[in-house]
Amino acid sequence: MGNREKDNLYPGHMACPGCGEVIALKLVLQAVGDKAIAVVLPSCLGIILGPFPRTTFKIPVFHAAFETGASSASGIANALLARGDEETVVVTLAGDGGTTDIGFQSLSGAADRDENIIYCCFDNEAYMNTGIQSSSSTPQYAWTMTTPVGRTQKKKNMVEIMGAHGVPYAASACSCFPDDLRAKIRKAKKLKGTKYIHILSPCPTGWRFPERLTPNIGRLAVETNYFPLYEIRNGREYSITHQPKKIPVKEYLLAQGRFKHLKLEELEIIQREVDARWDELTTKADNR
Amino acid sequence: MLLTGNHAAAFGARLCRPRVIAAYPITPQSPIYEKLSEWDGKGVLGGRMMRVESEHSAMAACITASLTGVRTFTATASQGLALMHELLHYASGMRVPVVMVNVNRALAAPWSFWSDQTDSLSQRDTGWLQFYVADNQEALDTVIQAFRVAETIFLPAMVVLEAFYISHFMEPVDVPAQEAVDGFLPPFRPAFRLDPSDPAAFCQTTTQEQYAQFRILRHKAMEEGLEVVSEVDKEYQKHFGRGYGLVETYHLDDADIVLVTAGTIGHTARITIDELREVGWKVGMLRIRLFRPFPKEEIIRRLKKAKKIAVVDRNISSGQGGIFCEEVKSALCGHVDGAQVFGFVLGLGGTNVSPSLLRKVFEITKTMKMAPLRPILDIESVEIGK
Repeated sequence: MGNREKDNLYPGHMACPGCGEVIALKLVLQAVGDKAIAVVLPSCLGIILGPFPRTTFKIPVFHAAFETGASSASGIANALLARGDEETVVVTLAGDGGTTDIGFQSLSGAADRDENIIYCCFDNEAYMNTGIQSSSSTPQYAWTMTTPVGRTQKKKNMVEIMGAHGVPYAASACSCFPDDLRAKIRKAKKLKGTKYIHILSPCPTGWRFPERLTPNIGRLAVETNYFPLYEIRNGREYSITHQPKKIPVKEYLLAQGRFKHLKLEELEIIQREVDARWDELTTKADNR
Repeated sequence: MLLTGNHAAAFGARLCRPRVIAAYPITPQSPIYEKLSEWDGKGVLGGRMMRVESEHSAMAACITASLTGVRTFTATASQGLALMHELLHYASGMRVPVVMVNVNRALAAPWSFWSDQTDSLSQRDTGWLQFYVADNQEALDTVIQAFRVAETIFLPAMVVLEAFYISHFMEPVDVPAQEAVDGFLPPFRPAFRLDPSDPAAFCQTTTQEQYAQFRILRHKAMEEGLEVVSEVDKEYQKHFGRGYGLVETYHLDDADIVLVTAGTIGHTARITIDELREVGWKVGMLRIRLFRPFPKEEIIRRLKKAKKIAVVDRNISSGQGGIFCEEVKSALCGHVDGAQVFGFVLGLGGTNVSPSLLRKVFEITKTMKMAPLRPILDIESVEIGK
């Protein structure tokens, strides 16, 4: 992890043991710095924030309504500009449900207005805070409490969707690649306009794996190409930020209880899908 | 200046120097948004104009902009207000003094664009102050007063004007000078804001007891609002020569029958009252201007002597009746013995409430012995004397 960074999160929080999201949060807040205002949505992040009157956050934070991650941040960004403050960073810390489902409209609106915010989606691939219900970020075939025989639909690809908005910066990241994640936040800080960072955050509770394996699961997600690390500048310029080892995807999937029911043919379908997506991505990155 | 009610409200807002305005178009509010955008385009608005993608986001942005320490304004109507509902609770819970104009419009389904107060009255329990105005001048003046009141007690305030009857109707309006408004409304400087040099967490999860305490504090602030609204109105009168009170009265002192209403019907009622007074009827009018906090004491005091009360509502709570009527009854209960309160639901969906229709209201109230338990809906079919 390199040299010790200044933390903007106090020790002691209410996340589950082995939580990948709290690792990602710590890294994001390190890179954002203390001249920042955060918007937190109802999600596991709301739990990590802590109950009144104490908090784990060292920077000012507003716990907003579920679907207002981007609109709440927009209000702060505009008020700061009205106050003549061009320095303070506004960062939304949202879950995947708050981003891909209920908060999608306000995110699209903020991106259209190119509001000067960094929007971080901490993706643990379901509504984990409310007890593991499927979101549109839940992968195909994954078990959740509301998809007991596996989700039918594919995972919504938010980095591509935000890239298609033409925002100055859209990137994927993972809590298990700390240097890459912090570098992306630092890059986003330097750019004006709407920056979107989608952070895969392994969840031992909801994905059904032993809590000591969090770093391994995240690394497998990336090294199998299941979740490639890349960035899109201005909707067109693609760069891959980590060259994966291309481990077979079943090693990632079968390490988790939520995919334990997968049949061989389903594993093959997923592998083909992963390979095809990687080909598309590398083509875009090569052709720029 | 000859202004529509919408433009009068827009002038009122601009004179208060809001630094963030977030809005979304909806008939019949859009001329407010357009006027503010026109000023923004000319560089004379003085604040930042956010053209958001929904009313829900407009309110979200107003809440956080206010928490960041700047004065905020928005305007909406009907469906837009209903969409904001969740965040109306949020705004008052966060104690942000956002000011919003709502142009009363009938709620779908079925679709309608005309005046009906059920949209704003449905937001009764959201912890917002609600002012119901009766003309364009009052719309402008009340927006300015609302900022002053809201920023005194740290609660959001809604200024409600009726679709088309006010929003699109032109009247001569006195637009105060900027310096005069600056002298009345000091800059907004909240004690707490989202500030990296003084970090704090806003709106965390609470225990049962903590939540109850926050709600009680909000209620107490609202009750304190009654006095603040009166004081601000008196001071406004000193500065600008116009005051409105918590209620407006017309020939009330010796009236046996009092018509109670809110909004433009109050002005129509004056014509009917003048006509009936000419033929010797002792009739009067009480127009409720402030709905939240509800001015109970004032209403009891003003209605104590009335033999009969006729409440005319351009709104309906299905299964109960006119909303102002039920509020008046609840205020009088236990304080005015044997009050006969007749409830009339008229003018729904913007249908016209004419002076002759109000004459029939007085006639029915005069001749009917006992007030019916349920609202009188179809006034045309009521036979006088039955």
